[in-house]
Amino acid sequence: MNILVCVKRVPDPAENEIEINKDGSDIDREDLVYSVNEWDNYAVEEAIQIRDQHGGSVTVVSVGDEDSEEILRREMAMGADQGILVSDDAFQGSDGLGLATILKSVAESGNYDLILAGAQSDEGAAQTGGMLAALLDYPYASLVNEIQVQGGDKLQVGREIEGGNQEVNEIELPCVLSIQSGINEPRYVGIRGIRKVSGVEIPEKGASDLGLSEDQVGEQAARVKRVDYFHPEMGEGAEILEGSTEEVAEKLVELLKSKGGLK
Amino acid sequence: MSRQVFAYIKHSAGEVEDSAYELIKVAEQIDPQAEVTALLFGTGDELDKACQQAASIYPQVWKVDKQEHSYPNAELIRPQMMNLLPADAVVLASFDTFGMDLTPGLSVKMGSSHLADIVGVEGMEGDTLKAVRQEHGGQVHTHVTCDMSSGAILSVRGGVFPASEGGQSGQVVDKTAEAGDVQARRKFLEVREAEIGEVDITKEDILISIGRGIEEEENIEIAQELAEAAGGVVSCSRPVVDAKWMDKSRQVGTSGKTVKPKIYLAMGISGSFQHMGGVKGNPFIVAVNKNSKAPIFQVAHVGVVEDLLEFAPTLTEKIQEMK
Repeated sequence: MNILVCVKRVPDPAENEIEINKDGSDIDREDLVYSVNEWDNYAVEEAIQIRDQHGGSVTVVSVGDEDSEEILRREMAMGADQGILVSDDAFQGSDGLGLATILKSVAESGNYDLILAGAQSDEGAAQTGGMLAALLDYPYASLVNEIQVQGGDKLQVGREIEGGNQEVNEIELPCVLSIQSGINEPRYVGIRGIRKVSGVEIPEKGASDLGLSEDQVGEQAARVKRVDYFHPEMGEGAEILEGSTEEVAEKLVELLKSKGGLK
Repeated sequence: MSRQVFAYIKHSAGEVEDSAYELIKVAEQIDPQAEVTALLFGTGDELDKACQQAASIYPQVWKVDKQEHSYPNAELIRPQMMNLLPADAVVLASFDTFGMDLTPGLSVKMGSSHLADIVGVEGMEGDTLKAVRQEHGGQVHTHVTCDMSSGAILSVRGGVFPASEGGQSGQVVDKTAEAGDVQARRKFLEVREAEIGEVDITKEDILISIGRGIEEEENIEIAQELAEAAGGVVSCSRPVVDAKWMDKSRQVGTSGKTVKPKIYLAMGISGSFQHMGGVKGNPFIVAVNKNSKAPIFQVAHVGVVEDLLEFAPTLTEKIQEMK
């Protein structure tokens, strides 16, 4: 089975406090630590496991600037067979549909039976996989937390639904799945692993390579646009306890006692 | 001309979900003159009961009654919606596990804009909607614009918009024939219920809940000691389960358990809406987080801006001394 996995380079949620820049046009990107989007990393691990059991290949693709090459290399160190970097100034300002349109061209330039995307990323829209499936006219399932290959042309997939229940579906290949975190345990990638793939060529593709024009992607084509970032005026929020660690702990114990919270 | 707005209504066992009461308020905020129609897919008596309830909220209800909709499959419902809806329709759905299946593809197929997970509506300017979203796990808000001139599919976060009080006496229209027959390449098989673990966190009064801030599996012991001292049990957020450090049955959130404790001590939890969606019953919420910008501080009653790995052991000692 030939599998394409879409991956994105994002600020690492475990390593950063996200601040807004002075004019609200962007988040403050100085000193941010980036990594591969967590959900995408689970998707790559899943693809590698399927390939190892059933044969085929794993290709990782990222739409972004040149820095995205480092996450492609990281995923190749995990075991992906090849990477494709998709990068072009013309892609700047693309909305969700623009991004899905770019990925559709990538998908059509290969011969993939299965396309995986993370269930969501830093923007939290959870839309790339579903849009890509519709553009390709492939069946789709979101929030997949289990995949079993059934014979030649079908998968049995579990979807994580409300309450931690699992919805089981049968889906025909080729298809697109969005992968929920926790589906597997992504393997560790060490510096040695990354060094091994440091010399591997990663082809870069732009708008003209993919046959894309300005009315399809980028700022001009976007029907959904981000205007600015802001912090809303909230209610009072939490009462922050001040003092030394000991003092704060004492205050909190008194509060918990008064709320009947200590047995 | 007023805009035609449709609200996709989820229902089960003859009852509409809470979002049904919220989506109509979203429609009103977008366009007070909008003609809002509730859309319900299902079958039999349960569908009819849900439609009656929907008619107490919406001026018009469209139902599609087919055996195949006894469990909702977005791959079947999406093409049937395309058969039913005008091309420039505005469709509202809730941003949940079904909405994520349905709406991105629906927007592509209908040639409409897609705006996911809105938490606020600022208003319309011509055909452009200005709305509010969040990014980076709720750490920042954004204003976004959405061109609705050729229709739009909007998914809406649950629990943030006000709820309608109902009082409508809407009309239910059977649209089954117009929905048409479609083939799906995805077939629903079954729902496997989540397992109940050795500890049932839904029945506990005091929860010491840990998130990504616990950093390592070995550190869970710190939370366990605190829970023992306080007379509670340890629950957790999604990253702890994803890392396989705790059992899924301990996870609080929309994709985990819904808990109703008296005290909820959230340690190293950023407080995403999916997590807070599982905390009900208005508990006293204490947040311990080293990131003062974490969204959890907006919903907590009391906050401690410290590293939980430093703070929790001190709190355990103080509880033992003072209780």
